[in-house]
Parts: sequence; structure tokens; C-alpha cells
Amino acid sequence: MSEHETLEQRLSEQGVSRRAFLKFCAALATMMALPPSSASAIAAALSQAKRPSVIWLSFQECTGCTESLTRSHSPTLESLIFDMISLDYHHTLQAASGHAAEQARDDAMKAFYGKYLLLVDGSIPLKDGGVYSTIAGRTNLDMLEEAAKGAAAIVAVGSCAAFGGLPNAQPNPTGAVAVSDIIKDKPIVNISGCPPIPAVITGVLAHYLTFGELPALDELGRPKAFYGETIHDRCYRRPFYDQGKFAKTFDDEGARNGWCLYELGCKGPTTHNACATTKWNGGAGFPIEAGHGCIGCSEPKFWDAGSFYTPLSAPAADVASISQAAAVAGAGAALALSATDRAKRQQVQQSREKLTLEDLKGN
Amino acid sequence: MSIQDIQIKVADAHSIGNINAILNEIATHLGNLVARGDNALIDLKSLPFSPDEYEGLRAMLGRGEVTARLDSIGDSEIYETHFPGVWWVTHYNVEGDIVADLIEIADVPAILHSQWEDVRTGLGRLRNILSQSE
Repeated sequence: MSEHETLEQRLSEQGVSRRAFLKFCAALATMMALPPSSASAIAAALSQAKRPSVIWLSFQECTGCTESLTRSHSPTLESLIFDMISLDYHHTLQAASGHAAEQARDDAMKAFYGKYLLLVDGSIPLKDGGVYSTIAGRTNLDMLEEAAKGAAAIVAVGSCAAFGGLPNAQPNPTGAVAVSDIIKDKPIVNISGCPPIPAVITGVLAHYLTFGELPALDELGRPKAFYGETIHDRCYRRPFYDQGKFAKTFDDEGARNGWCLYELGCKGPTTHNACATTKWNGGAGFPIEAGHGCIGCSEPKFWDAGSFYTPLSAPAADVASISQAAAVAGAGAALALSATDRAKRQQVQQSREKLTLEDLKGN
Repeated sequence: MSIQDIQIKVADAHSIGNINAILNEIATHLGNLVARGDNALIDLKSLPFSPDEYEGLRAMLGRGEVTARLDSIGDSEIYETHFPGVWWVTHYNVEGDIVADLIEIADVPAILHSQWEDVRTGLGRLRNILSQSE
């Protein structure tokens, strides 16, 4: 496909009807989490869309983000999109290796200087001169700074590139940081998640391809269309939360009835992502549908935010039961309660769990 | 212990409450169609459902008189529900995965209309055939 050919022209040459193109646009609207009525606007924009060059750099990461992308559940749609971008460098996916691979990156950076889209997965280690992760003898920092100079925009794929992720978790032995900690003069989109939802990665690419600009972002640089609401707000179990119906253990009556997992440590209320609606594995489900709470993997520092199984606002011990005992036993027990509370508050602060106003009051 | 020994109860779909929310939205759009002829689309993939509720919504809306099948970069199934003007439109890719799942409130879903670009192309083809047979 030539650089100047649009997707609509390409489909038309392949004998794809206008009706099929509209269907494609309806699917794109769903993928980009845009209102379905925007399909006609997408069709109009795509008729002008040109083929952007994409350079993908993988740094201190586990390849889970690339695994996620390549297991994306609507291959036809994605393949059409990948026909529309020119993936000029991705060291895991490309056939070339060694000097030829690095040459491809250099060539693309020169040919599309100022215009290419830079995708990054993995964090960047800074400690000891960045020696903990190198490619072709060069540090990640060096490679990122060079590639960022000519990029039109940067997409940080996954929680490591977006927020530092697992390498950045305490005690952070390699001094790992996020892309946005280093690059300050380019627009950066953070597609967080460990891994991020494949349709969100392709959705952002489709948005850039379609409209030639980045989607609207939240205060953490994440696309609002996918991260605008919490898992909790879009969870099908939310009505149970509103009714006060909670599973207390993973095998009790409430768990079998599919009640809310808040008390089992679900991080849905503080986690912004699209899992509850976009879902995983071809739309088969998402963790809460399988009976496990959200672990909050698309939020900064989620590894260091305390146990996955401790309720969000609750201290480690059961305050309610002590409180009931205090009501029965009178003032002496109440004193014991406040002492217990102090110890718990300290414990919670040490383990960096979130405290609510109620916890601080000692209720 | 076998899997049958694990007591799993399927929650009553109608008690969760997500279906009522979407039925209300459909009713509002259908009211607008009646009053002003406004069309509307609801993206079912953007809404929270338990698996029961998704099937519950299907059962609740039922099937009406018209079903259409589109064969275009994968199948699409389009049918009018038991409520005239409320259509269920499901687009699949060639692998059979759902790529868009929509409720469309309209007298005819937009995708069923012949597209003028296609009509013009088809007319060209027909004229070409006629010119060759002369």
C-alpha cells in the first residue's frame, strides 16, 4: 500500500462495498469506545487518513504487553489497522535481527522525522548509568531520548512504561521510571494495565489513524474513552454493592450468588479501566466475572498499594467486631479499642494502604 | 469431589437491575422516534451485564417479524425485536467474533439501506454487462 492511499481507497480496490466499510466503521466506533452514532464521522475521517509510521521500543518489561496485543480478539479488524500503519521497528515481532533491525529503526526515524508514532513498553532503569537494560549495547535511556526527538507523539503501553510498573515497585533496585519521567516535551498517552487490554491499544492507534490526533486524556495521561470511569462504576455486580450484598469469603453464599467483592479486597472503586465492558479473551469475561476482585493494575504503584485481599478503606483488623465488644463491655474496652486503632493506623500507614476519614476517626 | 458437588447458584438475572436501566433507555429513544422520528444507537459492548442479564435482555426484547443477514467482511445479524422500531444489530468478523453489538432505534437500520456509492458501482457493472452482450 502506498503512503498516500487511504483506507477507504484500499478497501474499495479490494472490492469491499461501502456498506462493508460502514460496518467496519461501526466496529471501529465500538473499539474506540466512541458513541456508535460517530460511525459516519469515522467514515468521513478515514477517507482522509494517511499511513503513519510506528516505531515500537521494548525496554524493561516482560513482553506481556506485546503478548496482549498479538492476542487481540478481532484479528480481521486489527489486521486492517495494522495494514494502515507501518510498523517499522518492533524487535520482538520483526523478522530482521542484529544490525539490520537497528538499521530499520534508524531508517524509519530519519525518513519520518517529526511524524512517526513512538510506542514504548517497559520502564526505563536510570540507576548506575542505566546499565540494567540495554539493547545493542545502548541503554534504554539513550535509545528513548534519541527516538523521542523525532516522534510526533509517544504511546506508553502498559503500566511499566506509563507509571514504572513492577520494576518501579519497592525497593526499585534498578531505579526504574516511566516514560513521562524522562520525556517532557512530547505528547504522551499512557495505556496502563498489566497488561493493558488489547482493544485499548488498537483503539488508541485507530483513533490516531482516523482523526490524526491523540484522544482526550485524563490527569494521568490515559485516554478518557477507556479510563474515564472506574471498574466499580461499570461492574455488573455494582447493584449488589448498592444493595449492601457482599461476599465475605471466596466460598460463601454471597460468593456463589455473585455478590460484590469489595470486602475481599476488590480495587474496582479506585481503578480506572475498561475491563468491565470491553472484557478479555474475546469478550469471555474479566476477573470479577471469574469471582476474583480487581487488583488495580492500571493505577500507579499498584504493587505497593497493600494486599490485593485487603478491603480498600478498611484497616487490617476487624474494627467492627471490636467496636461491638466495646459497646457491651463499656469504657474500659473503648480505651482498648482506641489503642488497637492507633496500632492499626500505624500498620496501615506502614503498608501504604489507603485510609478513609472514617478510619482516621477510629469508627 | 466432582464439579457437580460445587454448589453454584445462578443469580436471578432480573434482580441485579442492569436490564431495567437499558430498557428505560430504549423506551426513551423509542419515544423520541415516535415523537420526532429521531434514530438512536446503543452500544451494548459499553454497558455492564452479567452473562444472565445479556440473555435476559434478549429474552425480554424477543424477536419480531423481520430478520436480515449481511454477508460483508463477516456476517451481521439484524432483527427487529418484539418492539417495532427496536432492532438488534450484531456485527461479526470473518472469524465469528462479535465486533459490534448494537441496539438501533429506527424504522430501518442504517446498514440495510443500499449505499449510493455501491448503487453507482452496480449500475456501472450492469451497463458493462449489457454493452458486452450487444
